[in-house]
Amino acid sequence: MSAEWAIVLTAVLTAAACALVGTFLVLRQMALLGDAISHAVLPGIAVAFLLTGRLNSLPMLLGAGAVGLVTVALIEALYRTRRVAADSAIGVVFPALFALGVLLITTQAGRVHLDAECVLYGEIAFVPFNRLVWGGTDLGPRALWVLGAVTLLNAALVTLCWKELKVGTFDPTLAAALGLAPGLVHYLLMGAVSVTTVAAFESVGAILVVALLIVPAATAHLLTERLGRMVVLAVAAGGLAAVGGYGLARVWDASVAGCMALAAGVLFAGAWLLAPRQGVLARRLEHARRVRQLAGDLLLTHLAAADECPPGVPAVAAHFRWRARRTRRLLDELAARNLVARGPDNLLRLTAAGRQRVADFQDRRGQRHSGNGGDPTERPAAGC
Amino acid sequence: MFTAFADNPNLWYVAAGSALLGLTSGALGCFAVLRRQSLLGDALAHAALPGVCLAFWLTGSKSLSVLLAGALAAAWLGALWVLGILRGTRLKEDAALGIVLSVFFGGGIVLLTALQHRPNAAQAGLDKFLFGQAAALVPEDLRVLGALAAAALAVLALAFKEFKLLAFDREFGAALGRPMHRIEVVLTTLLVVAVILGLQTVGVVLMAAMLIAPAVAARQWTDSLGRMVLLAGGLGALSGVAGAVLSALGPHLPTGPLIVLAATGVLGVSLALAPRRGLVWAWWRLRAHRRQVRRENLLADLYRLGEPGRDWAQAHGPAALAGVRGLPVGQVRRTLGQLRRRGWLEAAGARWRLTGSGLTEARRVVRNHRLWELFLARRLDLASDHVHRDAEEMEHTLPPEVVAELDRLLGQPHTGTHGEPIPRPGERNEPSP
Repeated sequence: MSAEWAIVLTAVLTAAACALVGTFLVLRQMALLGDAISHAVLPGIAVAFLLTGRLNSLPMLLGAGAVGLVTVALIEALYRTRRVAADSAIGVVFPALFALGVLLITTQAGRVHLDAECVLYGEIAFVPFNRLVWGGTDLGPRALWVLGAVTLLNAALVTLCWKELKVGTFDPTLAAALGLAPGLVHYLLMGAVSVTTVAAFESVGAILVVALLIVPAATAHLLTERLGRMVVLAVAAGGLAAVGGYGLARVWDASVAGCMALAAGVLFAGAWLLAPRQGVLARRLEHARRVRQLAGDLLLTHLAAADECPPGVPAVAAHFRWRARRTRRLLDELAARNLVARGPDNLLRLTAAGRQRVADFQDRRGQRHSGNGGDPTERPAAGC
Repeated sequence: MFTAFADNPNLWYVAAGSALLGLTSGALGCFAVLRRQSLLGDALAHAALPGVCLAFWLTGSKSLSVLLAGALAAAWLGALWVLGILRGTRLKEDAALGIVLSVFFGGGIVLLTALQHRPNAAQAGLDKFLFGQAAALVPEDLRVLGALAAAALAVLALAFKEFKLLAFDREFGAALGRPMHRIEVVLTTLLVVAVILGLQTVGVVLMAAMLIAPAVAARQWTDSLGRMVLLAGGLGALSGVAGAVLSALGPHLPTGPLIVLAATGVLGVSLALAPRRGLVWAWWRLRAHRRQVRRENLLADLYRLGEPGRDWAQAHGPAALAGVRGLPVGQVRRTLGQLRRRGWLEAAGARWRLTGSGLTEARRVVRNHRLWELFLARRLDLASDHVHRDAEEMEHTLPPEVVAELDRLLGQPHTGTHGEPIPRPGERNEPSP
């Protein structure tokens, strides 16, 4: 396997592992808990490194995973004193632990080779050089094995606890009533987030792992309403961001991790703008459609009320205070739908279909407000 | 501490800069904390990074004011995007903050590394914004930071009433016709300024703590917003100076993390020891209450044991007393000791019996219990087999005036809801004939 393939594969595995648990973080509105964990494992990483002298060893994964759980427990304990709000509790605990980690690393930097930047941004370009050698045979890059294992672990958690995660995410009370152990599942999820963060930090760093946890899952959340599809889409978006980010980094000669975060952000921005129902564009179009429909209905009602002496285009425009072009475009559309006809005298009259439509929605209105509304457009016109 | 200042003249600048940061972020952080927006500061700090890099890229200048302008612009964009994501999508605030934070920060890292890989090394030192580098503060920087902080605090002082309205009752403010949206924009801008100040000193990652920790700490000491803001500013400044001094004590000690740890320490002390809200006092009150409940329960048990023959002279052993409620014998022994020290019990060999004053006290507890049971059953129409548990709790907390009122309300009853006698305060202590 070439070095390049090893890097891309590692990046994709990282993204997949993160997206699997990130989906549930986003749905449970715990995105910032993921952020907090990813920062707070720093002292765990530092201590494990000082003890074992190696990055990404098994004790390190377990130790940092434990630190992640301690972080969650600390935040919850602080919150449960009822003297600190939930968001403040998060914002107090993780900087303190992170500061502790930075302090450990900088004061011990003389003794061992570990600098804060390497932990924080990671360097995926070094992945191919750190080999896993077992019994004399070179099995390939160590990070690849570690991330492969973590991805499998997360996939196992999601598939084995699918029902528990699903019910616990959308209806924690029901999950408790059904005996689905929401508390245990919560801590399993948090443990998985911690382990994933630690496994990922070597390639993407402890901060940017947040991008892979949250952003692809949020992207998927905008695109679908089904949990299963959301998980698949999140993994796909993460993978795409990993590959695209690597490409960008090659072009710009910049940090791979940063480019992956940026690529994930671009994907999210795309979904944010273009998503079929929640996208900015879709909502604008829907809004414009509704405004047009309302204007058309108003116009039809007005014409129905003025049946005795039909108005011309300028009179309609003046009545609604619309610009001439807008009025004409609206009338063209209504004419195309065969609701309004312009007579040879250039006056506007409803067609039979138009009259039927007005009658229809006046019926509906009549049912809704069972009284006679004082709508001025319904008054019979008093002479021309 | 003073020798540290004398040995290291640079420490004055570092301490002054850190105090400035602590003061501003502490005071402004109060509003972020009260409005449940603690982590907005975190997101804004991360979002500022690409602005710093872009400002350098475009101007080629590394002067603090240029870089801060870039940071300000980028943080603003980030804040706007958070609002844009929240409006109309089903994503919640946490996800929106996380997205802006990580994507902007990623963009910043990309710019930073791209700049670093360019041939000229002029970009050196840009990355000090990541962790902050208080130790590198020079008088020139202090003037810029001081001007920013003074401006932010002046606006805070002028618009204090409006911000207060925003923090506590936004709808009321809107009903009064105040431009709440504009006030919110001004407050967010001030928050951005505080964050930008912190970039230089403690860095992107740790900035969140500087906004939150002093404010939450100050909240423990007071219920008045004005006092909270002043106190948070003071505690923030204190943390800043403490961190600066601590970092001067040894080689390679980073200032930013030490400032944050100092602020966390201040918060820890406040949470534990603040009057009224302090956790230590709360724990102490709870312990005292538990002990009182155990004592009164034991007295009531002794009273009930003697009740059938109206003979309270008989003594009972700890094991038998523990058996009444299934308590651990050790706990009962401790409670017996407390009762003896109060003169309510006397030892008879290895057994215990009520003294005269103990019997009076026991009678009071049992009377409270039975009156409350009767009240629940008669006045609130609860089934008489459902009232015991509630009375078990109320018997320890009913004040004498309420007991007198209950007695009057129920027509000075002699028997309780289960037909047992209700003891009266002046009753004689002899056994019945």
